Order: sequence, then C-alpha cells, then structure tokens
Amino acid sequence: MLQDTTTSRMKPAIALEGISKSFPGVHALSEVSLSLYPGSVTALIGENGAGKSTLVKILTGIYQPDGGTIRVDGEEAHFPTASAAARAGVTAIHQETVLFDELSVAENIFLGHAPRTRLGLIDWARMNADARKLLERVGASLDPAIRLRDLGIASKHLVAIARALSIDARVVIMDEPTAALSYKEIHELYELIDRLKADGKAILFISHKFDEIFRIADRYTVFRDGRMVGEGLIAGTTQDDLVRMMVGRDVGQVFPKQEVEIGKPVLTVSGYRHPTEFEDINFELRRGEILGFYGLVGAGRSEFMQSLIGITRPSAGAVRLDDRVLVIRSPAEAIEAGIVYVPEERGRQGAIIGMPIFQNVTLPSLARTSRSGFLRMAEEFRLAREYTSRLDLRAASLDQDVGTLSGGNQQKVVIAKWLATRPKVIILDEPTKGIDIGSKAAVHAFMSELAAQGLSVIMVSSEIPEIMGMSDRVVVMREGRIVGRFERAELSAEKLVRAAAGISETAP
Amino acid sequence: MNLLLKNREALLVVAILSLVALITLRFPGFVAPANLGRVYNDTSILIILALGQMAVILTRCIDLSMAANLALCGMVAGLINVAFPGVPIPLVVLAVVALGAALGSINGLLVWKLNIPPIVVTLGTLTIFRGSIFLLTGGQWINAHQMSEAFKGLPRADLLGIPALSWFSVLIIAVMFVVMTRTPTGRAFFAVGGNPHAAVYTGIDVGRTRFLAYCLSGALAGFAGYLWVSRYAVAYVDIALGFELDIIAACVIGGISIAGGIGSVPGAVLGALFLGIIKNALPVINTSPFAQMAISGMVIIIAVAVNARAERRKGRVILKKAEAH
Repeated sequence: MLQDTTTSRMKPAIALEGISKSFPGVHALSEVSLSLYPGSVTALIGENGAGKSTLVKILTGIYQPDGGTIRVDGEEAHFPTASAAARAGVTAIHQETVLFDELSVAENIFLGHAPRTRLGLIDWARMNADARKLLERVGASLDPAIRLRDLGIASKHLVAIARALSIDARVVIMDEPTAALSYKEIHELYELIDRLKADGKAILFISHKFDEIFRIADRYTVFRDGRMVGEGLIAGTTQDDLVRMMVGRDVGQVFPKQEVEIGKPVLTVSGYRHPTEFEDINFELRRGEILGFYGLVGAGRSEFMQSLIGITRPSAGAVRLDDRVLVIRSPAEAIEAGIVYVPEERGRQGAIIGMPIFQNVTLPSLARTSRSGFLRMAEEFRLAREYTSRLDLRAASLDQDVGTLSGGNQQKVVIAKWLATRPKVIILDEPTKGIDIGSKAAVHAFMSELAAQGLSVIMVSSEIPEIMGMSDRVVVMREGRIVGRFERAELSAEKLVRAAAGISETAP
Repeated sequence: MNLLLKNREALLVVAILSLVALITLRFPGFVAPANLGRVYNDTSILIILALGQMAVILTRCIDLSMAANLALCGMVAGLINVAFPGVPIPLVVLAVVALGAALGSINGLLVWKLNIPPIVVTLGTLTIFRGSIFLLTGGQWINAHQMSEAFKGLPRADLLGIPALSWFSVLIIAVMFVVMTRTPTGRAFFAVGGNPHAAVYTGIDVGRTRFLAYCLSGALAGFAGYLWVSRYAVAYVDIALGFELDIIAACVIGGISIAGGIGSVPGAVLGALFLGIIKNALPVINTSPFAQMAISGMVIIIAVAVNARAERRKGRVILKKAEAH
C-alpha cells in the first residue's frame, strides 16, 4: 500500500485548525482544518457554497476567522490584513487574475516591493532584469516592459505566478486557474505547477474538474456545507469516492415539491447560439413544469438566460411561446411577452436599495399601475401588498427601504416584483443562494405553488439538493452546451456531477 | 428611505430657520416679509436649475454644462428680441426652451450612445456652448436699451403682489414634484441611479432614461436663460460663469446623493434656498466677498459630510450581505 511519504516526515507549511466563520444568517465555515505541505499539491474539492472561497479569503487575510488558529511553520499566526498574509508567504492566483491592466509586466510583479535605488526611487533597470529572470523561471518569454492588458489570460496567470515567486511565496493558492485556459495552456500550467512543487512550494489547488485533480494533486480535502468531510492522498482514492463525499447527504425530505399535472409545451427554444457564450441550446418547457438547469459556475447558463430575455443578442435561434414565434429585443419586450428573469445577484441585479418596498415591487408593472401617464400610488400599494403577502414577507411597512430587510426578505421582494407582472414563464437564477434556511424553504414552497398554478419555471441552480428536490426535469450545461437531460425519476447526484464536470461513466 | 429623507429635509428646514435667526440678530430687517420675498425671488433661477440638475444626478450622471446652456439660450433669446422685437415673448421663451432641450439632448446622446463618462461629456459641451456664444456675437453685448420692454418686463410682472419670476419657479417646483413622484419616467430616474443593473432587468432602458434627464435639465436651463437675461437686462459671453457649481452645490446641500438614486424635489428646493439665503445675507451683514466664498464652500463640505455619513451606514449593510454570498 501507499505510504503517506510527503507528509509523515514533513511539517505543514501552513495549517488551519478549527477555523469557523459565519455571516449574518449563514455559517460559512464550521471548525474546518486544512494543512498544506511543502512540495505538495492539495486539491480543495466541494460544491458551490461549500465554503472554499471563504477559506481562501481567510488564508489571504481578507476575512478574519471567528475562531480557530492559523499556524505558519508550527507558529501561531494572524493575518489581520492582506499584506500580513503576503508577508507570511501566502499568495493567491484567482479565477480572474487580480492584476493591473494598465501597468507593465514588471510593475505587476514587483508592485509593493519594487527594488529601490539608494535615493529611494524605483530601480527600473534592476526591476526589469529581475522580472525577466522570474519570468524565465516560470517558462514565460515575455517582455517585462509591455503592458499587461496586451497579454492573454494564460500569460497573465504566468505573471501572477511570477509575482508569487517574487515575494518568495511558500504557499500558492490557485482558485480554478484553468477555468479560462485552452488545452495547451492547461498543460503548460501543469508543468509550471510541477516546477513550483520541485521548488518546495505548498500549493492549494481549487478545481471542479476531476481529471485535473487526478493529474496534478497529491492530496485532497473535501468540504461540504462549510465542514471538512474528508482528506487524504489522491493516490488512495477514486473519483467515485470524492463525488460521494461532495454530495453525500440526505436529499428529498426538506423539499416541498407538489405533484403537478404537466401540460402542453409553453416555451420552445431551438438552435440558440451566441458567438462566445453558448451554442446549440434546444429545449421545451411545459405548463406546470419546473425545469432545472444544472452546471458548474461559468457553464453559460446565466448567459443563455440573459440572452433569452433580450439583454444580449443571440447570433441564431428561435423562441416560441404558446405556439407564437417571438422576437425579444429587450427585457421590456420579454416582460410584455410574459417571460421574466429573476437574476442571481440580489444586490447587483435584483433589489433597488434606497427605494421603498412597494416601488421595488411595482417597477416592472408600472404600465399597469398607471393611468394616462400618471402613477396611481393606491394601485401600487394594492399590487405590492397582494404579492408580498403571498410570499409571507416580513416587513413593518411597504414604505420601508428594501435595504433595511434581511437577505431572505429582499429575495422575496424581488420574486414578488416579478410575479406581479403575471408571467407565463419565470426564470429563477440561483433563487436561494446565500439566504438562510427558513427563507429557502419559503422560496421553494412558493416555487412549487407557482408550478401548481400553471406557471412554467426554469430554475438555474448550482446546488445539487435543490436541483434534485425541486426539478421535474434537469438540463445539464457544460462549457456553453447542453450535455445531459434527465427525467426526475432517473436523477442522481452522481450523474449530475459527472455530466457537469465532464467525467465519462467508465472513468476510474 | 422616506423617514431618512424626511429627517434630512427637516434638518435643512431647521438649518435654514437658524440661519435666518442668526442673520436677524445682526440685521433685523432681514425677516421683513418683503425682504424674504426678495430673497426667494433672487433664488428662483437657482431653484429651477437645481431641479433640472437633480433629475440628472439621480440617474448617476452630472450636467456641468447647465450654466453654459443657460448663457447660450439667454443670448439667443436676446438676439431674437433684438432682431424681431415684434415676436411675442411666449414664443421666444418656447424657442429657447426647445433650444435648451436640444442642447441637453446632445449631452444625453453622447452619454447614451457613445458611453462617454457624463463629467467628460458635459465638460466638453460646457466649453462648446460658451464658445458658440462668442461665435454668434463676436463678443458683443446685448444691453438693456436694445431689448423690448415686454422682453424685460415679464419676470417683473406683478401677480397678487408677487413677481412673475417667483411664480415661474413655483410652477416648475409643482411640475417637477408631479414628474418625480407621479410618473413612470420620474420613477425610472430613481431606479436607474439606485441600481442600474437591476433597472435593466425590469425593462427600463438605462441609457434612454439618462437621455431624458439631460433633455429635462437642458429645457430648464433654456428657460432659465431667458429669465436670467431678461431679469438682469444684459447678455454677454460670460453670464452665469461658474454658476454650474452653485447648482450642484444646491443639490448636494439638498441631500441629493451624487451616487444617484436618492433625493427629492423639496430637498433640492431647500438646498437652493439655503445657498440663496447665504448669498443674499452675507453682503448685508458686511461679510467680505472672499469670506462669503469660504463660508459657502464650508457649507457644501458639511452637507456632503452629513450625506456621506448617512449613505455609508447604508452601504455597510449591503456590503455585509454581499460578503455572505
């Protein structure tokens, strides 16, 4: 059998012990532990919302843990600021690299610790020469003087890694580094990671793609719902084991799904494509149906939905609603036709903070609540009261600023806003992301009730229990394409994860 | 929001009353009804302009070109009157309101269609409008004796003992109040500034809404242009030079958030009045012009600080929620 050779003899470069972090209404992390060893790649695995991003933010000093200890080389350490974490040698390379487009490559590498001349000015000659050396070490033949914006995403990653080397990082966190890379670039990244390992760096590798994890990682740690549920050597595990740890929990009981008679097709989408975001999207949505759209973040689901309601234009494709061919050029036309989209980001795309609740609710329905160009407040209050009470909104007054409500109640206002337009098709994008359990249940119950009333629902979700608990059928998207369709009866968490991550049924 | 705004407006009323009381200690004649009426009349043009600026600021934009627009429209009104003294004054007014709206629509189109930052667009058009006045006139002035009596007389016309200029501002306040609180377009101004991303999903065209706000501010600037030139009976390139800063200051003092989405008609009016009282009262109590400028500046900063504190408290709540995702 395999011996844990990397770790039995070595002390971790950095160790988290019993780290907890909660936000109002959410336990993001509860007493998780994680150890990263020099010269070893640890894969961090978990569904969206499992707490991976929170952990990275704690490691890099952006969030402070509520409890637990961080040890660097066995010594207890605190990272009150991002620069404290950087001084301790922890550096992160993010999904979207956080570098400065308008600065040169060398400036990006040395920002904050540029070599100085005796007069205290920046020593450009040395900075460029040092940058060139670092870039050679990561295998990039880039001119240190060119501006970062002229580089592709892969080269930017290399610059980020060169920066990590320049601050003598000992812990390198890679948060889905391959998400935007081509096949060739991914292989160059693998080689680079091998070189970083040889240099003795401790690497935390966050990815949803199992082939990558098995190619590059030495160890794994699995998170689920903010807890650490498993860790060990990659060589001693299988994809099936990891998938089971990721999703393994009781599904079904908590979802108030009603049995609904599914009717005729309401919405038919055929041949929808977009030059860069998605292609060949075909599906039917029937009356009374809840159609789940599952996939990893960046699979193109939200991009498709936004195109469907006229925010972006598809390059080809047809939509039929109730046997009528539709051309939707703007969200206003989509609302008019009876298709509404409840966006994912409540703060950015949902509620209008600073506006009273009733005005938020009536905003897309003003054509109906006004007469000859003038708003009728009484009518607005009536409409707002009708729909917020159906959602069991807790608010002192409908005149209250939406910003004063909790996240769950804000979500209810946003949903009430869309229901008040009396749609035929409602698209809910991550309807319960980031809200507390109680509000989640209310949103689910209401979703079920809508379907029972004959509305057709599209639910975009990255949470497997929600997808499995609520959907009549599920469409899985990966990299802009539909890669799987499942009826409710044949759903399983493993099938969904496999389809979304692109693991074939026969893979190890 | 309403409670906060009501508080803020109440705060402004208290500030204005204590300001008046303070001035009265030094100069008891200040509170005479006739004098207060005069102060209001003097502030009328600022009030009209502040209401136009408010619409623009609510949509997260800014209009630096209002004073230049006013000057150009005022000059055009004067030129029409000099060339065709027989043209009825209401027609002249209508013409410059349309011209002002057209100039505003240039700002709006550049912001909407070319996506240029509003501050850059209106800084550019400010200079263009001023330059155009010089091109039109070669730097010549139009003086009182060249204008017809009807042209100069309208703002002074007396109705129930109150000059027409004051009545015009009262009318504009009433119209703007209805527009902002009782029409879908007014609601859209708030929505676009409060959260442009969310507004898009509700079917509001953000660019078009901003365009309308600029047309509105332009039309009001055009109207104010006629009022200014007829009231002071003079038109030249540099009238109302730098007045855009007073307009924006009135909005800021009135609690209209520069970040967009928050503000009210009463707030803008009170902000303009506060500034108008300071400008009228300080010379009366023998404050030097330089001290006047310093005091006006301090008031603006204090107002911004008060507003910023109120908004930051809100911002924190949103941030916490955003982090929880």
